[in-house]
Amino acid sequence: MSARIRHIAFNTFREAVRDRVLYNLVFFAVLMAGASILLGQISIDIERQVVVNLGLSAVSLFGVVIAIFIGIGLVAKEIERRTLYTVLARPVRRWEFIVGKFLGLVGTLVVNTFFMALGVFAALLYVARHFERGDLSVAVALYFIVLEFVVITALALLFSSFSSPLLSAVLTFALFIVGTFAEDLRGFAAMTHGAVRGIVTVMAYLMPNFAALNVISQSAHQQPIAGSLILYNTVYAVLYAGAALAGAVLIFERRNLK
Amino acid sequence: MPAIEILQLEKTYSVGHLRKSKRVALKPFLLTVEEGEVFGYLGPNGAGKTTTLKLLMGLIAPTGGSARILGRDWRDPEMKRDIGFLPEQPYFYDYLTAEELLAYYAQLSGVAAGDIPQRIARVLDRVGMTANARVQLRKFSKGMLQRIGVAQAIIHDPKLVFLDEPMSGLDPMGRLEVRDLIQSLKDEGKTVFFSTHILSDAETLCDRVAVLNQGELRAVGVVADLTAEVGGKVEVVWQGAKAKPAIEALGGECHTTANLVRAVLAEKQLDPAIDAIRRAQERLISVTPVRATLEDYFLQKLGGGSKVIAGEVKA
Repeated sequence: MSARIRHIAFNTFREAVRDRVLYNLVFFAVLMAGASILLGQISIDIERQVVVNLGLSAVSLFGVVIAIFIGIGLVAKEIERRTLYTVLARPVRRWEFIVGKFLGLVGTLVVNTFFMALGVFAALLYVARHFERGDLSVAVALYFIVLEFVVITALALLFSSFSSPLLSAVLTFALFIVGTFAEDLRGFAAMTHGAVRGIVTVMAYLMPNFAALNVISQSAHQQPIAGSLILYNTVYAVLYAGAALAGAVLIFERRNLK
Repeated sequence: MPAIEILQLEKTYSVGHLRKSKRVALKPFLLTVEEGEVFGYLGPNGAGKTTTLKLLMGLIAPTGGSARILGRDWRDPEMKRDIGFLPEQPYFYDYLTAEELLAYYAQLSGVAAGDIPQRIARVLDRVGMTANARVQLRKFSKGMLQRIGVAQAIIHDPKLVFLDEPMSGLDPMGRLEVRDLIQSLKDEGKTVFFSTHILSDAETLCDRVAVLNQGELRAVGVVADLTAEVGGKVEVVWQGAKAKPAIEALGGECHTTANLVRAVLAEKQLDPAIDAIRRAQERLISVTPVRATLEDYFLQKLGGGSKVIAGEVKA
């Protein structure tokens, strides 16, 4: 990685930290602590399942909100405030800027998820009193959630490279919702016939498959997650995010800065 | 080797949604700035100064033409190691301190990590901001931001510095300091290309200036040569008020102080004016040639419209 990308990524991370993005961790900590204490008193034998379900869903939700709302402003804000001028007047390629901003936000989300993961495991330990081998699936679920953030951040960057922040947020959120039901969408496509089938199938497969990245339910039930799925999801997320980023770079390279 | 060669750069925008029409922001022209020059890029608001700078910085793409900066293609990112740029009304990352901002820009410009602290100390001292090194930019006034803007443009010790309205937002003291800074950059052998609509700054600092109006290059030359074209005014002072109507009829603007009248008029009206004073049997006190300023040049040459001043553009 070029030093310039590293510096841009670090500055993006520093901006997020100073803009108090990580304050969401406080809400998360309160939520996890409250839920664990409450669940310990009202649920019998299913405390573990509820803590994992609630914890991982919250990690995903908090992260998705951060990825969308910061992601759409990553480039748009720099253009709007013209901070980009003094960056691009240096030996910084436009693609380096996009990749740096992307890595900076992904880094922020990884740090955020790390602290949230500590919270989830602490709550798990509180209600179950010990860790089991099956808890490894929680770590895998967290890894998949990070992959989900990588794809969403890339999509937010792609949309913000050609549309307004508000429209970018709507489009990214819409794709997040559609992607959550990607498996159903593919199923519907398979039920169609004729020429429509081809078009609908291509469209269904173009949508991001967040359903495959969601193993929260399995990990709540301590079901093992296949190594092949880990590999498949990793390759899928990297390729999908890479394609979205390449699209963002192509558009941004041609863009006139006002 | 010229520092800047603008080779017919052109920028046209499409405006409107349904009925698209073209708006010309910059018409093609040739312009060369030599190394070591302080070059003023002048013109009223909307003349195309900022468009030119954005084109040269690669922030917008031209509709046609090209440019060379320090002998290299203007789009070459590596060339940008040797140039500095201060945009108009700059805005910087306000969550950073002055020191952090300058370190970030120095890193992006490829300055060796070991050199950065001393570079920062030096430029902060140069722009008079040492005391604010560790203050976040969100607490800075407009003038302080402008100083930091100048500091970031020179943090990597560039050979060529582009400054877009560098005096904007500065108080008289601040303007003087920036003027001194531009002069000191020149003394170090650097080329400075700065746009301004404050003509007195250009008169004080520039070896040569280019005058732009409505996206068109109207003149290039040494300030004295340009102002000589619009010179030819004289100030006449006399005692008494009887000749005043006659002098006003000659186009003179009269101002009366006690029993003295002062009028500024075109040089060719001097003889008729003196005749008028004699006829009125009033006492002539003085006749003084008035040195034209760039402002006079602007008012006379650009005020009336967009007629091209033939033969003034050096190709």
